[in-house]
Amino acid sequence: MTEKKTGPEQGRRIRVLVAKPGLDGHDRGAKVVARALRDAGMEVIYTGLRQTPEMIAEAALQEDVDVVGLSILSGAHMALAPRILELLKANGQGHVKVFLGGIVPDEDSPRLKEMGITGIYGPGASTEDIIREVRESVKG
Amino acid sequence: MNLAQSVLKGDRLALARTLTQVENDSAEGRAALAEIFPHTGKAHLIGVTGAPGTGKSSLVNQLALHFRREGKRVAILAVDPSSPFTGGAVLGDRVRMRDLAGDAGVFIRSMATRGSLGGLAQATAAMTQVFDAAGFDVTLIETVGAGQSEVDIARLAHTTLVVEAPGLGDDIQAIKAGILEIADVLVINKADRPGVENTEKALKSMLELAHPTRHVFMHHGQVMAEDEGGQKSAPLDARMWLPPIQRTVAVDGTGIAELAAHIAAHAEHLRASGDWAARERARLGSEMDALLQDALMARFRAEVPNGKFESTLAKVYERSLSPWEAVTLLLNGRQK
Repeated sequence: MTEKKTGPEQGRRIRVLVAKPGLDGHDRGAKVVARALRDAGMEVIYTGLRQTPEMIAEAALQEDVDVVGLSILSGAHMALAPRILELLKANGQGHVKVFLGGIVPDEDSPRLKEMGITGIYGPGASTEDIIREVRESVKG
Repeated sequence: MNLAQSVLKGDRLALARTLTQVENDSAEGRAALAEIFPHTGKAHLIGVTGAPGTGKSSLVNQLALHFRREGKRVAILAVDPSSPFTGGAVLGDRVRMRDLAGDAGVFIRSMATRGSLGGLAQATAAMTQVFDAAGFDVTLIETVGAGQSEVDIARLAHTTLVVEAPGLGDDIQAIKAGILEIADVLVINKADRPGVENTEKALKSMLELAHPTRHVFMHHGQVMAEDEGGQKSAPLDARMWLPPIQRTVAVDGTGIAELAAHIAAHAEHLRASGDWAARERARLGSEMDALLQDALMARFRAEVPNGKFESTLAKVYERSLSPWEAVTLLLNGRQK
C-alpha cells in the first residue's frame, strides 16, 4: 500500500504570518523570506506594509499561525517587538513563535531573546537557516 | 467547555483553532463539525471568483465594509493556490483587506488549496459551516484566481459573483465557457479604466447567447408587476434570474452599494423561487458525495492486503494487466 496521502489527510502544515510592523516601506526582505518558506512547504500569510502591532496580533489569531515573522528595518524593534509579544499572549497565543528580521544591532539581541523572540536575522542571513530554525521551533 | 461550544459562544480563538482542525480534517475537527452542524444553515454564502488581478480581494474588502455598515457580521474565506511541487503557499489576500482590521464583527481566514483544482480547497465548505455556526450573517468566499473551469464555488455559494476587468485578453476569452455560466452577478471592476464599454458589451452579448435572458427579462418585469395582493404566485418566469452586470471601482468604493443591492435582490430571488432550498440540498448532496468517496477510499486502503496494491500496479507497469482489470482485481480480491 502506498503511503502517499491525498487531500486533507496530508494533515497539518506549518502556518507562518509574515508581517511588517511600523513605518518603513522596505518589504523586499520580507517577500524573499515568504517565498523561501513557501518553497519549504509552509503556508505563509503575507499582510503587507505598515501594520500596527494590533493588526498583526489580530491576523495571527484569525489565521491560527504557528509562527510570526516580523520584518523591521526602521530601528523601532525595541518598541514594536515586545508590544506584539504582549498582544499575542493577551490573545491566548503565547505558544506562537516570533522571529525577527531586519536591521537589529547586536547589543539588542540578548534583550529581545529574553523578551521571547525566538530568532533574529540580519542582512546576509541564509534562508536555509531561517527555514531550519522555524521548523525546529514548532516541533517542540 | 469544548471547542465547538466555545465557537458557538463566539470565542474567536476557539473559532480560529476549530478552522485549523477542520482544515486539517482531524478527529477533533470532525467532532466539532458534528456538534455545530445543527446550528448552521443561516448564513448567506457569497462567492467571489474571476481571473487573477481583476480585484477580487479589494472587492471583498469593500463589500465587507458595506455589510458592516448594515450591521451584519462578516466572515471572509480567502483561498490561494498551494504549490504543486512543495505544497507551500503564499496567501496574500489580506494585503487588500487592511480596512477591516480592528473590527470584531469581521473574521478573515486565508487558506491554501492543498491540491484541490476547482478553485477552492477541499475543506472550504466545512469551514463555511464553522463561520455559519459562529453567527456570521455573511461569508464571503474568495476563490483562487480562476480561469475557465474553476466552478466549484457555484456549488458552494448561494450567490456567485464573477469579476471581470477591462482589457483582459481579447473579448473575455478567459471567461467564455464555464465561468460565465455560474455568475449570479457579473462585476466589471476597475471600471475607471479604458475599454470598460467593450467589456460590458462583450459580457452582454455573451449573456444573451448563454441564457434565454432577453426574453425572460422582458417577461420578468411584467410578471412581477402582475403579482397581485402580495401573493407569491411564483410563476415559471419568476424562477429565472438574469445576471445583472455591475461596474465597480473597488479601490474607491464606486458601485459597491449597487452591487450589494444586486446581491440582496439575488438572495430574495432565491428565497422566493425556492432555489435557496434547492441549492442547499444540492450543496449538502455534493458534500456527502465527496465525503463518501473519501471514506470508501480510506476503507479500501485499510482493507487491501499489504503489498497487494504495489504488486498489482507492477503488473500494470508490465502491461500484463490494464488499469481497469487491476482495479477490478483489487476490489474483488479485498479481504472482508
